[in-house]
Amino acid sequence: MKEEAALEVVDVSCVFRVNQGFMKGTKALHAVNGVSLKIPKGKVVGLVGESGCGKSTLANILLGLQKPTSGNVLYSGSSADSFSQRHIARRIQPIFQDPYSSLNATKSIKSIISLPLRVHRVGAPADWDRKVYEMLDLVGLPRRVAQSFPSQLSGGQRQRVAIARALIMRPEVIICDEPTSALDVSVQSQILNLLQDLRQELGLTYLMISHNLAVVEHMADRVAVMYLGRIVEEADAATLFRAPSHPYTKALLSSVLTPDPHLGVPDTQLGTVFPNPIDPPSGCSFHPRCAACMDICREQAPQPQINGAHMAECHLDTAAAG
Amino acid sequence: MSAEKDIVLDVQNLKVDIPVSAGMLHPVRGISFSVARGETLCIVGESGCGKSLTSLALMGLLPKNAQRSADRINFLDQDIQNLKEREMARLRGVKMAMIFQEPMTSLNPSYTISNQLEEVYLRHISSNRAEARERAIFLLGKVGISSAESRLGQYPHQLSGGLRQRVMIAMALMCGPDLIIADEPTTALDVTIQAQILHLLAELQADFDMAMILITHDLGIVARVADKVQVMYAGLTVEEGPCEAVFDTPLHPYTSGLLRCIPVPGKTAPGQPLGTVPGIVPNMVGELQGCMFRNRCEHATDVCETLPNSATQLANGHAFTCRLSPDAATRSEGA
Amino acid sequence: MIDMSLSPLRGQQTAEEILEPSPMSKLRRRIFKNHSFMIGAAILIVILVCALVAPLLAPHDPYELDLSKRLINPFWHDKKTDAEFMLGTDKIGRDYLSRLIYGAQISLLIGFSTILISGVIGTALGVTAGYFGGRVDMMVNFIINTRLAMPVFLVAMAAVVAFGASLHVVILVLGLFLWDRFAVVMRSITMQARDLDYVKAARAIGCSTPHIIIREIFPNVLSSLTVVATVEMANAILLEAALSFLGFGVQAPTPSWGLMLNEGREYMFFSPWLLALPGMGLFLLVLAINLFGDGLRDVTLERER
Repeated sequence: MKEEAALEVVDVSCVFRVNQGFMKGTKALHAVNGVSLKIPKGKVVGLVGESGCGKSTLANILLGLQKPTSGNVLYSGSSADSFSQRHIARRIQPIFQDPYSSLNATKSIKSIISLPLRVHRVGAPADWDRKVYEMLDLVGLPRRVAQSFPSQLSGGQRQRVAIARALIMRPEVIICDEPTSALDVSVQSQILNLLQDLRQELGLTYLMISHNLAVVEHMADRVAVMYLGRIVEEADAATLFRAPSHPYTKALLSSVLTPDPHLGVPDTQLGTVFPNPIDPPSGCSFHPRCAACMDICREQAPQPQINGAHMAECHLDTAAAG
Repeated sequence: MSAEKDIVLDVQNLKVDIPVSAGMLHPVRGISFSVARGETLCIVGESGCGKSLTSLALMGLLPKNAQRSADRINFLDQDIQNLKEREMARLRGVKMAMIFQEPMTSLNPSYTISNQLEEVYLRHISSNRAEARERAIFLLGKVGISSAESRLGQYPHQLSGGLRQRVMIAMALMCGPDLIIADEPTTALDVTIQAQILHLLAELQADFDMAMILITHDLGIVARVADKVQVMYAGLTVEEGPCEAVFDTPLHPYTSGLLRCIPVPGKTAPGQPLGTVPGIVPNMVGELQGCMFRNRCEHATDVCETLPNSATQLANGHAFTCRLSPDAATRSEGA
Repeated sequence: MIDMSLSPLRGQQTAEEILEPSPMSKLRRRIFKNHSFMIGAAILIVILVCALVAPLLAPHDPYELDLSKRLINPFWHDKKTDAEFMLGTDKIGRDYLSRLIYGAQISLLIGFSTILISGVIGTALGVTAGYFGGRVDMMVNFIINTRLAMPVFLVAMAAVVAFGASLHVVILVLGLFLWDRFAVVMRSITMQARDLDYVKAARAIGCSTPHIIIREIFPNVLSSLTVVATVEMANAILLEAALSFLGFGVQAPTPSWGLMLNEGREYMFFSPWLLALPGMGLFLLVLAINLFGDGLRDVTLERER
């Protein structure tokens, strides 16, 4: 089961110093805490978790925008340290959640899409226009939007522009950070379809960050679930959605509200407490919200249990395995 | 059956017009609904369909330049169209409560939770501070906040988003309202918290026997919590009816189109293209005629250009506004 | 390299029309609708043109004195008027109209040069602090606070005493002192812009930091910059007038409005127009700049809404 990894993080941690207030010093916030994740070439890996779980920090680390405190990022097997930011930029590009803030309102669409070409001085300036039109065709926008400004476009159109900008350098990996959650339902499906088409045509690799599990299930081959800076469960999408093993994954899955009028609102049985990432709970960081919490969970952090391609970090699994 | 229902709010032909530089904008063009005690009405639609302005129009909170008109807006058997601002404010505080999308901006950051909860009560119900405090503690317990008494002294920024929304709900309940209008109450929250809050709302609604209008863009939420559904498009109701009927047999092409857009684990095949509704919401300025969905509709014909907006009524209260006959609509849905 | 076969399908999916007019045409429409902007701009243009073509417009040399024609009354008086001197003459017989026209030159020169110097200093400091944050921000904040602790007026007077009074000294002192508002405003706006996704996108593309600051962020803070500039320009013009009035600014015989106010002071009761005319000039100019700035703020802020 050896797959070539387009992108891999090995035991990456990222710690921020958080100011506690005047004269109180700082405290460590482990935004990402010893995460290892492999993104196989040509595959879609989904990363799910609630806000504040560290998924955006992980995305920044992958994009080279944030230096990890420890650990290693590997691009096609070689360490990130040997790459410059410009080099990383040509291989990995992001698509952001909010197409209203991700496009500079003072620039024309043509200028936005061609920015990577200009920065990296790819090809002759005479070819840039042609390339921009090519990209507009590719993402399904009429060519005349090239002269428009972002404020003239709808949310869906803007997101297409953002995709065109991300793709113009032909990167290998696209990091989609909640690419559709700011869009209307009817537009969301168009963008998801577009992302699927583009992946097949261009052989792209996606990291799909989302809190919408239905979207992740639809798009991803493999899914990692993140909670308070740790990946608590990782498995093939089909396995994870059919047989989740971590209680947190189960809770997340049960919170997906499918449009089924015969079901009520699920009771996730997660308490109201949300742990403070500066002051994480002892033992398993999920134990205060866990319905299946045992004594050992309060004292000892669980070790990852690997069962084939399925990884979970939970004492329930340890108990079952032992 | 319907005679026994205790109708809390009855709205007939509500319209909102806003003058803009290019002419008159018609964001809400005549929608009617009623909601009874213990009933949840969901108004669903995409951005720009007029759902939020509808809720603001009900509360009398429209922007200054907007004009509201309606054949009737009866709240607890009283027409509230001509109420003075003072009477309306009292109504808003006591009988009608609103829960907004963003709990951080709707709570005042410079007052403690107890201040904000008790203030509503003290202003409208009674000036007894002990009573107000007791009610606040009772309600915080009701909305699932443990150690309510210690929470009372905290400020909004000390609470997480989910807790803040719970406080907002407690605040809305302080005076025992008959109607709750919740405008995208969970959009800013994480999925697990969203499920919890919706669960809580449903529970409280049954407990206190209130009517609830929930406004959202999320069909998943609608399917799970609604008794009645009202699908809005371009300022009009395109389909309405009991929740099961609308979701099981959507009749308007817009409703069925939207439902096809949503990936559903176990139903839509992973990796396969999702359904789409091409195009965008039309411009709502000036004289509007015919079916406004026609430029995005696969069933559109010339007839739709001039079609009067009359609904086809079905036996179970299910109605939709389209030239298609119910049979044709279901058939096209199945195909 | 790209397979275009799927494109028609996608085109169909986005048969969306561009409904919105371009931001430029919207801005133009809004400008023409904004009364305060239009009135301010109109007065400002009149004064600007007067100042630019002063040699053509002024009937006399503003420095040419004729003691035999002292204190001639302007045309609306019924006695001691002279058709040659429309607005009369001052206490040493110089044509007042010519001096007023050349005074506009001085005021505008002071205004523009000052905001040029202070704008560059303040924007550079503010944008740097806002973009980098942390220690840089702390340092810039310290510099801003140090500057705010110094009274402009007293330092200006001290500088004049030390270096001698001249137009250059006044411009330099005001320019080196009036950058605080630029720095404060630019800092906070840059901080907001820095966290937006388009900046992150530019970083992910591999843009250099100077590129991001100059090409991505700067165009977005430009509208606020011009608004601050108008406020500071009015401020600088008034400060110059005050300094000149007190004798610490532009020196005689230069026709500065502030200085003219000072010179006319002794004749306040017998020839009040000596005070009223330059006062009116200052009032109109500052009013026009402020109206223009207010209008500009309304017009550009609406764009951001």
